Amino acid sequence: MAAGVLLEARGVTKFFGGVRAVRDLDFSLGQGEVLGVIGPNGAGKTTLVNILTGFVRPDRGRVVFRGKDITGLPPHKIANRGLARTFQGMRPYPGLPTYKNLVVPLNSPRVRKTAAGRFGDLDSVALDLLEEVGFERDSSVPYKTADSLPLGYQKRLELARCIALRPEVILCDEVFSGLSMAEISSMLPLLEKLLSRGIALILVEHRLRELFRITRRVLVMRFGEKIAEGPPREVLGRPEVTAAFIGRGSPP
Amino acid sequence: MESVLVYGTINSIIFALNAIGFSLVYGVSRVPNFAHGSIYVLAGFVAWSLVNDLGLPYPLAVAIALAFSAVIGWGIHRLVLRRLRGLPTSEIIASFAVGLIILEGLRLQGIGGFKGFIGPNYVLKPFVDGKIEVLGVFVDSQRLLVVGVGLVLAPVLWAFTHHTRLGLSLRAVAQDEQAAMMLGVHSDRSALIAMVLGSALAGLAAVLVLPLGNVTCEVGYQVLIYALAVCIVGGLGNWAGTVLASFLLGFAMKVSTHWFGAVWESVVLVGTIILVLLVKPSGLLGKQKELEERV
Amino acid sequence: MSTRKLRKRRVDRGIHVRTRGLYALSSYREMAYLLAPRLFLLVGLLGLPPALDLYGQRVLCAAAVFAMPALAFDFLAEYVGLVCLGGALFIGFGGYAAGFLNARLGLSPVLTIPLGTLAGACLSTLVILPCLRLRGVYFAMVTFMIPLFARHVIVALGLLGSTEGITGLDTLPDPLIEIYVILAAVLASLFALRRLVNEDLGLILRGIKENDQAVAASGISILRYRVLAVFIASCIGCFAGAYLAHLYGWLGLSLFAMDFSILPIAAAVMGGTGTLAGPVVGAFLLTSLSEALRGFGQLRVVLYCLVLLAFILYKPEGLLKVLERKYQQFERREEV
Repeated sequence: MAAGVLLEARGVTKFFGGVRAVRDLDFSLGQGEVLGVIGPNGAGKTTLVNILTGFVRPDRGRVVFRGKDITGLPPHKIANRGLARTFQGMRPYPGLPTYKNLVVPLNSPRVRKTAAGRFGDLDSVALDLLEEVGFERDSSVPYKTADSLPLGYQKRLELARCIALRPEVILCDEVFSGLSMAEISSMLPLLEKLLSRGIALILVEHRLRELFRITRRVLVMRFGEKIAEGPPREVLGRPEVTAAFIGRGSPP
Repeated sequence: MESVLVYGTINSIIFALNAIGFSLVYGVSRVPNFAHGSIYVLAGFVAWSLVNDLGLPYPLAVAIALAFSAVIGWGIHRLVLRRLRGLPTSEIIASFAVGLIILEGLRLQGIGGFKGFIGPNYVLKPFVDGKIEVLGVFVDSQRLLVVGVGLVLAPVLWAFTHHTRLGLSLRAVAQDEQAAMMLGVHSDRSALIAMVLGSALAGLAAVLVLPLGNVTCEVGYQVLIYALAVCIVGGLGNWAGTVLASFLLGFAMKVSTHWFGAVWESVVLVGTIILVLLVKPSGLLGKQKELEERV
Repeated sequence: MSTRKLRKRRVDRGIHVRTRGLYALSSYREMAYLLAPRLFLLVGLLGLPPALDLYGQRVLCAAAVFAMPALAFDFLAEYVGLVCLGGALFIGFGGYAAGFLNARLGLSPVLTIPLGTLAGACLSTLVILPCLRLRGVYFAMVTFMIPLFARHVIVALGLLGSTEGITGLDTLPDPLIEIYVILAAVLASLFALRRLVNEDLGLILRGIKENDQAVAASGISILRYRVLAVFIASCIGCFAGAYLAHLYGWLGLSLFAMDFSILPIAAAVMGGTGTLAGPVVGAFLLTSLSEALRGFGQLRVVLYCLVLLAFILYKPEGLLKVLERKYQQFERREEV
């Protein structure tokens, strides 16, 4: 697997009014890698995802994707370069059948440049995508309205929305939340399939046990700062990480 | 040159007085109060009627007009806006409709003996007569009164929103409605209070500024436009931005009148709005809510 | 002593259930049930003009002219999430563009109406463009201000006849042609928009309205699609303006009147926002109503606003949905 660095954050800092959401954060992600981002609530994880994907502009620092500076670019341009993300509060387009939800990413410039085919074929592309993420092809599920789906399916739809973009990196913001252990277990093979295709993943998670089954590198955040990075076992053994999760200490 | 400075300042404070009510309502309840201009005119009309038709003493009429505008604000919120909370499209349409009903309704004449606002003869007397010289320029005392009230109002409002419980709760709702609700602030009630206060502020602006000119229905549209312009340029919901934008626009318009003639005022206003929208869309100071402002 | 409590229950009509899905093709009766409302609209509108006298035809014309900005408003408000409070800007820009082409360049209405529509639409979109990067509320504020500013700017710069306007524009040759042109335009716009909102473009626009962050994260430029939507709506609105200039034979500041802003909104709310056909129905109803109340003059705008408020507070779904429900379901009172 090539060891080229795909996504990099250098000294990223963001203040919201007087609150320091993210401070001086550095990390790098290589091709085909999985990075887990963990930390207690309010650690700045979602802000970090927002910064990386262009929804929030950092006050200081840079984000570099495939060697090019993408700091401050609008979200759709970043998505078109190959950086996709899921949303935590995850809202599919109401009232539309599930497969129609994928119309939006399939119409993005990125897909239209690479994919051949007339507009009429988008429906079958969408159905293929749904099948890849685990919707049974010949059932009625892809045709049901998206908000009537059970949670597990909705999460898969979210991932399908990302995959439709043919991204190189997918940022998953708490994609395991709300799922049972069985549901997560059935989702891990999907993530591994994505990895085997060369898509790098950043998983922001609270469900540590399940996360550690798939990732070998973890970044711990607390009060906006990176306090540890490394293999899961090693990182969890550190006293400052335990303190972060149990709650000793106050923001500097 | 001095006259531009003096009148520019006066104009800016007038703009600020006009806009602060609108900005308050939007900041707290996220509803753009398109009835703002109509409440303004209505307050003026009520004051005029009380003075001319009922013969009440002027200060009393003004006080009643102020109270009346607050009540109107309460009425609009309670009867119309409360039922539509959470439906942004409907809120906008409804407030627009209410504003139009009031403004166009005031044009009516002869329905049940109601004398409408047709013709330019409706004038409110100024509080204070006479002129005073400021920096070598003769200024109406009424205009100075406006400036005085504005300068007093600013710290009062600041103190209200920073040091009283009610004011702080309004600010909390303005910043983050969900968080404020979790802390026990009733968001519907805050919207109501904001509406009442905003309407009262509109009424205050009306009784202060209308004596400088005539009371007509067009004034209602004009005031609403100025309030919208100030809020766009300064950043919606951002009170410091409102003040800054008032000064910017107030001076810009006076300068353009001085150099190009009064007829170009609207062009300058439009130009400033377009410029701000292109260069700094969220407004001069509107950078807080990035995720929501820009699309 | 027992009290009987009754509750309203709505049950789908048998024929409505039978027409869902492929079974609709099973018999002529089912197909007629489906086609009837659309045919009613089509035949009703197209067959009405010869049956009316000249005055009735004028009213129908005016109603159809109002139906266009009502369609544009509904499309923008319910399918794109942008509330346009200044429909008069479309009428004004379209009217002035067509009038200019006719009066100053001497082109005939056959050319000026389409060209005026396009020119007006480009101008409208350009003027609205700066606020499209922001939240929907800015759109409402800016579109509210535009017709009022346009009037000031025209007077200030002394453009195109300033306060007097320009008279003596060519009118269309025949009253029947006049009315069929606008009716055709209304029907074409209605069916085109209906089709559009279910195509990819429409789905993306609806996505932007529901959840713009997800759309942006999917690589779609929200600005570009909003511009496209505004342009489409402008074409529809500006056509009405261009047509109006040639209907009356003059253009003036009154093309930017508040009537043209508020009636489409009231029509859309009354007929049912989101249904696209509702605003058309609402426009016809409201125009007829306002004609019947001609004597009241300025009261018109107040009337439209009162109707609007009444519907938005008490029957927000609009007339069309109520009719649709009656057509598709019947009500029964049952014991609880």
